[in-house]
Amino acid sequence: MADANADRPVAIGRGLVKSYGPNAVLRGIDLTALPNRTLTLLGPNGAGKTTLLRILANIVRPDEGKAIIDGNDVAKRGELARRVTGAVLHSPMLYGDLTVRENLLFHARMFRVPDRAARVEEVAGLLRVERRLDQRARNLSHGLQRRVSLARALLHRPKLLLLDEPETGLDQAALEALDNVILDYRLGGRAVIMTTHSLSRGVRLGDRVGIMAMGRMVYEEERQNIDPDEVQRICRDLAGTEIGR
Amino acid sequence: MHTLSQTEPTGRHNPFMKSISLLRDWNWLLALSVVLTALTLYMAFVWAPTEANQGAIQRSIYIHVPVAWVSMMAMVALAVFSIIYLRTGRARWDRLSAATAETGLVFGALMLLTGVIWARPVWGVWWTGEAKLTTALILFFIYVAYLMFRTYFPPGAQRQRLAAVIALIGAIDTPIIYWAANLWAEAHPPVIIGPARDTESAVGPEIGITMLVGAVSFFVLFLYIVVQRYRTRCAEDEVMELNRHVGATQAAGA
Amino acid sequence: MTGSVTVVWALARKDLLLEFRNRDVVVAIAAFSALVLAIFTFAVDLSDQNARVIGPGVLWAGIAFAGVLGLNRAVATEVEQGGMDALMLTPVSRDLVFMGKALGNFIFLALAQLAVLPLFAVLFNLVVFRWEMLVICILATTGFSSVGTLFAATSVKTRAREIMLPMLFLPVTAPLLIAAVEATASVAIEESWSDMAQWLQLAAAFDVVFVVVAALAFQYVLEE
Repeated sequence: MADANADRPVAIGRGLVKSYGPNAVLRGIDLTALPNRTLTLLGPNGAGKTTLLRILANIVRPDEGKAIIDGNDVAKRGELARRVTGAVLHSPMLYGDLTVRENLLFHARMFRVPDRAARVEEVAGLLRVERRLDQRARNLSHGLQRRVSLARALLHRPKLLLLDEPETGLDQAALEALDNVILDYRLGGRAVIMTTHSLSRGVRLGDRVGIMAMGRMVYEEERQNIDPDEVQRICRDLAGTEIGR
Repeated sequence: MHTLSQTEPTGRHNPFMKSISLLRDWNWLLALSVVLTALTLYMAFVWAPTEANQGAIQRSIYIHVPVAWVSMMAMVALAVFSIIYLRTGRARWDRLSAATAETGLVFGALMLLTGVIWARPVWGVWWTGEAKLTTALILFFIYVAYLMFRTYFPPGAQRQRLAAVIALIGAIDTPIIYWAANLWAEAHPPVIIGPARDTESAVGPEIGITMLVGAVSFFVLFLYIVVQRYRTRCAEDEVMELNRHVGATQAAGA
Repeated sequence: MTGSVTVVWALARKDLLLEFRNRDVVVAIAAFSALVLAIFTFAVDLSDQNARVIGPGVLWAGIAFAGVLGLNRAVATEVEQGGMDALMLTPVSRDLVFMGKALGNFIFLALAQLAVLPLFAVLFNLVVFRWEMLVICILATTGFSSVGTLFAATSVKTRAREIMLPMLFLPVTAPLLIAAVEATASVAIEESWSDMAQWLQLAAAFDVVFVVVAALAFQYVLEE
């Protein structure tokens, strides 16, 4: 990947606006995700983080603005954009009555992953769910379902990985495994965009950190330049939210 | 309201005031509609001669036929507005679609009602499996579904896109419904036992002229109601926009 | 092209596997339409002549109503489990996702009809096991499953979706219902192909139009 595109942003959002009737969820968001880097998004509930990820994943159409994934406008060339995107959103998105292996094989087929059976074993090993492969997804604990869900998102080695509060429901050991996956994954020209409620995790995992509130990006800074006092002040202003947890 | 916009010098630049004055301007359409309706009533009940076979009830077709024409035209217009909305994505075409569908539905209901009232003495039955009747009834239900959908679906751009798709499906379905209804009517000849059983009505020039005047009259009324509904929706959207703006200001202050 | 067929089949096979494991949809459709038939055996007088006149209408109205319930269930399950979102994340184009779902629903409806038709033949004393009937069932089921899949996905996000789906589905599929009833009536009095040709043409035209329209419209249903 040592070509002219090596520094090209993996994901770009420009002027993204989305509202549902009287509720404006996004009021003009710009963002850029560069290769080899993780962008973490913090912010209280209702800040628009989930909708932003759903727009990048081509599930939600923005009312205004555009999203470009790996050079493809999501609105025009969605299939190409989706091919290089992997996402873990709020629900685990697994078929309860299929086994973990069947779920993963099905998605591998949808993404036309070569050598499916081996790749399924490989990602299952990465997320340490290999012993659960032949259990039905319905019978797994919430945390295991999220790990399988992450395995599903990694099947096709996406250039862009979208994670919506991936820590939900994970115990400490699983959390550490997850963090290692996230830290490793971005290497090799890939980008991760992750939302989280936890300020400390957001700063530890993110090469760049953004704080969203009421559909806008209210703060965005490289990790090494983050001014803790200013972040504290913003978090105080967004009082009543879980951001400082 | 009148004096407000006169005495308020900045009102001309205020979009809210502007819409009120425009609202007033559309009243000429209402006046035209009142005059035309009076003319239609006069022509239908006094000027046109009593039809020989059907008797006085035939005069109800001066209302029934124009209403039916206008309601059919409304459905064509709804399909056209829906296509434009899907192509441009501009909210005004969606508002116009909604206004057209609401008004078209009222005219459709009037069409069915006046048709039933006419059919009982003339055909001897309230309802029969005649092709146009069947088609009109099914279309009526498609547009009931269209408006129900607009009410039941959560707000957002997707509701508008899907409503347009449903309207288009209704439009595409119309010729197929008519085809089916026609075949069905051939297989099961409609029950007609009244005075219209075996005599064709003689259509004199007065009948045709009165129907045409009626059509123009009901079209103007239709247009007036659509314009009013459209303006109401614009105002509703403006309020919604202001609410969003209020939220944005709060966010900026935070 | 072969890739598309593979994907559509993979989607449908996934639905069939799920259905095989929890039997939510086919049994519901078959049981409900059987119930409609059973109710009509005493709700109306089924002496010989009446059965021929009323039977086909009862059969197809029963299948249409039961189909509405079943499709609602099938699509609602997929949406609630997040399956629709997951399918939307894949690079498979939206019209192929539609084809896969519609093919799965076609098979569900067809299986349910296999169970209901013998019951219909017995309860209404009518001859239905003829090649003509197979063609009628395939044509009707194609239209029902394509329009049904589109509208089930449309109404799943609405309030009162149990009412919204039939309100959308039944008027739009009315021509298909008329064609199926009339062609079945032809079968019941043992008429020939040519006597029912116009109904089969009508049904086929409906299918062609609505498979295409529903596939194109599906993107609007999926993307918020």
